Amino acid sequence: MFEIRIHSRGGQGGVTAARLLAMAALHDGKYATACPFYGAERRGAPIVSFVRIDDKPIKVYSQIRQPDMVVVLDESVMDVVDVLHGLKKGGRVFLNSANKKVFEGFECHNVDVTGIALRENLVVAGSPILNTPVLGALAKMGIITADSAKKAIREMFSDERNVKAAEAAYKEMNA
Amino acid sequence: MKKIATGNKAVAEAVKQAGPTVVAAYPITPQTEIVEQIAEFVTSGQMPAKYIAVESEHSAMAACIGASITGIRTFTATSSHGLLYMHEMTNWAAGARLPIVMANVNRSLGPGWNIWAEHTDALQERDTGGLQVYVSTVQEAYDATLMAFRIAEHNNVLLPVMINLDGFLLSHIMQPVDTVELGDFIPAIHLPHAIDPKHPAGYGTLTGPDQQFKFRWEIERSMRDSVKVIEETEKEFAKRFGRKYGFTEDYRCDDAEVIIIALGTLGKEAEVAVDLLRNEGIKAGSMRIRWLRPFPKLNLKGKEVVVIDRDYSFGFGGIVANEIKAKTGASLYSVIAGIGGQEVTYDDIAGFVRTRRMGEEFWFGVNAHV
Repeated sequence: MFEIRIHSRGGQGGVTAARLLAMAALHDGKYATACPFYGAERRGAPIVSFVRIDDKPIKVYSQIRQPDMVVVLDESVMDVVDVLHGLKKGGRVFLNSANKKVFEGFECHNVDVTGIALRENLVVAGSPILNTPVLGALAKMGIITADSAKKAIREMFSDERNVKAAEAAYKEMNA
Repeated sequence: MKKIATGNKAVAEAVKQAGPTVVAAYPITPQTEIVEQIAEFVTSGQMPAKYIAVESEHSAMAACIGASITGIRTFTATSSHGLLYMHEMTNWAAGARLPIVMANVNRSLGPGWNIWAEHTDALQERDTGGLQVYVSTVQEAYDATLMAFRIAEHNNVLLPVMINLDGFLLSHIMQPVDTVELGDFIPAIHLPHAIDPKHPAGYGTLTGPDQQFKFRWEIERSMRDSVKVIEETEKEFAKRFGRKYGFTEDYRCDDAEVIIIALGTLGKEAEVAVDLLRNEGIKAGSMRIRWLRPFPKLNLKGKEVVVIDRDYSFGFGGIVANEIKAKTGASLYSVIAGIGGQEVTYDDIAGFVRTRRMGEEFWFGVNAHV
């Protein structure tokens, strides 16, 4: 079982990113569950959501304590949240950032997903959409296949710019 | 078709397919998404039903009763305090022999103001005369909702059915769900005692001491008859759609020496604990109770039993543990865990089994492991 924790702020689409990831995993022929942290969500507050992917049905409902990977959609949560908490030794980190960061003992990747969203004009109510482009980066990291990522995005959004943004993230990713 | 859905959305989808004529509901966390989605289906024309936005849960059930007695299909959904606010009317629905289907998203009772999973809400309804099923996956929430209509409306039953799913743990989790082409799986409703507004008649006149017990007995008789209807419905569901269900879901129970029993998602997580314990050489099994009313026949002879109650009857004990004890006489270790969404992992469950003390009660997080 592969366990992912996604850090974002309320309203940034972290829960939708988890959902898209689960949908893509399903298209890959795998089992997946996605869930928000069980509680009340407030816009702007740091939140986490979780995804589990496995080859067999997933029976675990308790929260992920030792993720295989963390995804940070908003760098600024790192000022207030220890995003590496519980991350398995050698675990993977994806950071939405233009700047490469190195965390000792972990495999770190980054793409400026916000920049891609702005460039593709993927903006809703003044905020860049991060959950579709990030899927491209995660596909490059091999968590899901690129085809399934695109399929999942198209199922949820009719605006093709979402797919274009995911493709851009895939290309820019320093795999 | 396979898609990703939350437990709430899966219930709403099943309700849409079952096609009730009237849905009356009042929103409450964590159930709200069910009725929100149904309201959306109705306003967008995908569901030709009348949606009544009532002012309280008591009214929601009352409206379902009024609609149901005219012989039509009805549905409502609630949680926690909403369910208890309905309590007078849930008794009435069963007594009036109305096959109202309800989803209850299990949630703790205040105070403290807690919106997370607990089964005490539904378990306080267990003497009303309604059937109760507890589910553990999004797929099962969908399947059980479809089956609930067929079971409730069967003329040997004609009692309300309540589908229970754990607040947040299941209501808000996203999992794959395979939706079905329903066909004629749920036959047209036929309520033999339906009233006809065009031909008014008097009902509800005084029922004397020489009659009331007969009506109560009729509820019990139908409750007993419902066992066969549930079995037939689940068998037919498996035949048509390929997914098998029963009164319990048994996992590695055959040669087990110790059996874990729990409701809902805890019962599913217990299967992971079973695998862990088996690897340590402890012959464990999991028996997840699905139907609590009618209560299943459990074969626990010669087994040690660890019951996890996400509920409590104050001054008495874990509700499920004591029901099992009363029905089977089993020797059991009663664990109280998961109250108000308290985090319980498969490691914790395995720990309950390793440190079990038969005949005793253990409050997780309160009492120390020995």
